[in-house]
Amino acid sequence: MPTAALPRAPESPLRRTVRQFMRQRSALVGLFIIGTLTLTAIFAPVIAPYDPTQVLIGVEDVRKREPPCIYLLGCPRDRPQHIMGVDGNFRDLFSRVVYGARVSLRVGFLTVSVALFVGTLLGAVAGFAGGLVDELIMRVLDVQLAFPSLLLAIAIVSVLGPGLINAMLAIAIVTIPAYARVMRASVLAAKAEEYVTAAHAIGARPLRVLLVHILPNAISPLIVQGTLGIGTAILDAAALSFLGLGAQPPTPEWGAMLSAERNQVFSAPHLVFFPGLAIMVTVLGFNLLGDGLRDALDPRLRHR
Amino acid sequence: MIRYIVRRVLAAVPVLFGVLAVTFALARLIPGDPCTAMLGEKATPEVCARFNREKGLDKPIPVQFAIYARDVLRGDLGESLRFKRPVTQIMVERLPMTIELGLASMFIAVLVGVPAGILSAIRQNSLVDVLTMVGANVGVSMPVFWLGLMLAYVFALLLKETPFWLPPSGRLSAGVTPTPFYEAYGWNVTEGTATYRLLEFFANLYIFNAIITLDGEVLKDAIKHLILPSVALATIPMSIIARMTRSSMLEVLGRDYVRVARAKGLPEWRVILGHAFRNALLPVVTIVGLQLGTVFGGAVLTETIFGLAGVGRILFDAITARDYPIIQGFTLAVAVGYVLVNLLVDVSYTFLDPRIRYE
Repeated sequence: MPTAALPRAPESPLRRTVRQFMRQRSALVGLFIIGTLTLTAIFAPVIAPYDPTQVLIGVEDVRKREPPCIYLLGCPRDRPQHIMGVDGNFRDLFSRVVYGARVSLRVGFLTVSVALFVGTLLGAVAGFAGGLVDELIMRVLDVQLAFPSLLLAIAIVSVLGPGLINAMLAIAIVTIPAYARVMRASVLAAKAEEYVTAAHAIGARPLRVLLVHILPNAISPLIVQGTLGIGTAILDAAALSFLGLGAQPPTPEWGAMLSAERNQVFSAPHLVFFPGLAIMVTVLGFNLLGDGLRDALDPRLRHR
Repeated sequence: MIRYIVRRVLAAVPVLFGVLAVTFALARLIPGDPCTAMLGEKATPEVCARFNREKGLDKPIPVQFAIYARDVLRGDLGESLRFKRPVTQIMVERLPMTIELGLASMFIAVLVGVPAGILSAIRQNSLVDVLTMVGANVGVSMPVFWLGLMLAYVFALLLKETPFWLPPSGRLSAGVTPTPFYEAYGWNVTEGTATYRLLEFFANLYIFNAIITLDGEVLKDAIKHLILPSVALATIPMSIIARMTRSSMLEVLGRDYVRVARAKGLPEWRVILGHAFRNALLPVVTIVGLQLGTVFGGAVLTETIFGLAGVGRILFDAITARDYPIIQGFTLAVAVGYVLVNLLVDVSYTFLDPRIRYE
């Protein structure tokens, strides 16, 4: 290939447009997914045809673990329409999946808020104080990182007792080091800057230096980390619920729904398929948005 | 270089000590006392007092910790409260399963992830790149337990009666029994000794055992059983490795030495593999080491779905049953394994990037 030996040709305007569009597009897809989910969560009572915990036996003619019944796909019109089928407790799966968006979004946001707050605080203190304090905080976090996060979360939940709140707390605890490290790195970088030295020199109090001069520099990496963290938190919470340590029945939580029907995967795959798909799409949304934000917020990546 | 390695090893020591303290503390923090959990209705106060005395659970916590640390250093991890057998013996049975699963997953993850990342980087913005990155994004968002169940549904049920059928659970088919290599070679080892346990440990790595005893039937069966769980477990690390390889390669491909290598007239594959990839390798190796944590965590889920009696499963059961020695022993093993692998990664830097040796 003769062209291979040449330096890469300058990018044509069309290619550049395509590339930028592509980058925008994945972030937009993420935003679209999260927007749709948020609307679904807010309007769940309007969207869901049934109450998520209502047992339909005796209410209408349903069969246990009935596969999806959609009129347009050839299901008789006089049968009750369940677009994702009926679960093992005679409940409408679609309604449960819709309400599940509420549970998962709440889990994601609350978990990350807690971890972000504590992590940022620890990272700021470590970076700002330096010396022994820094050493102490970071070594403790290092020990925590030596444990696979899901295993540690399982252990913490068993200390606290199973339940969605405790599962969220456990996930928050195991994700703290990530935020602390990001914050500490930003603080250390900013500490060396002249404007921070200047702020100290004119007699600004340490807290003011930290909040006004250093924190703004750390915000964009924290936003990126936090957005990606929401996806991870939702995934881990679903995993804990799958193991029976998170949300308890009859809460319409996706991981728990999947877990309840996992032994029926061969006879009623739809009961496993839809909740899992919901988890995947949600996590994907936050991952795409997080990556898009990173590209947009990090000037070093902008021109690549 | 020696100084760098020694420094890394020394840095791991406090972490390992911390790990020891945390595993010890975790087991004590789990509510409910082991006596009631073990003996159930029979747990009267008198019985429990004797139980606690026998197990050393009546001593002050610091004393318990000192005894624990001493025993661990001697290689004695205690006896499972539930199975009434040494934890090390149970490890010999359970660890190989998870190690096999973990290695197979990392093997798949690296084998697919690295080439996909390289390809994606050298054909940036092409269809291949877009598809790889879409795949990687979907991959990192995948709930392992869901993927596992879906794979089992497709390969064990839908593809039944076809050559693509794969078993949905277990390590070997019923009726297939591997011969431990020490028996196949006629070695004379006494049961119950440390050597015996070590040999047994390696024999329980079924694939390794089948290869060195040249047992084709067992090998084929074991691999067939391993495919679905390891693919499920490999998905997330594979996607992360592909993404890391791609961005690392992109960074390197724009460098002057790559341009020089091309200008010298080197064949493109040598430029890519010899000059670019070698320098892009460092972050990739780091991420591979870190992904081991994901694999260990995911093993709990994968083992649950595929009915595999490994470390993840026994840890989970032990936590529910408050089996302290098992919880401590296995968490310790997992954490130590994780720390050691990442230490190995740190040390491998010296071979990958000579500059680090002289730092």
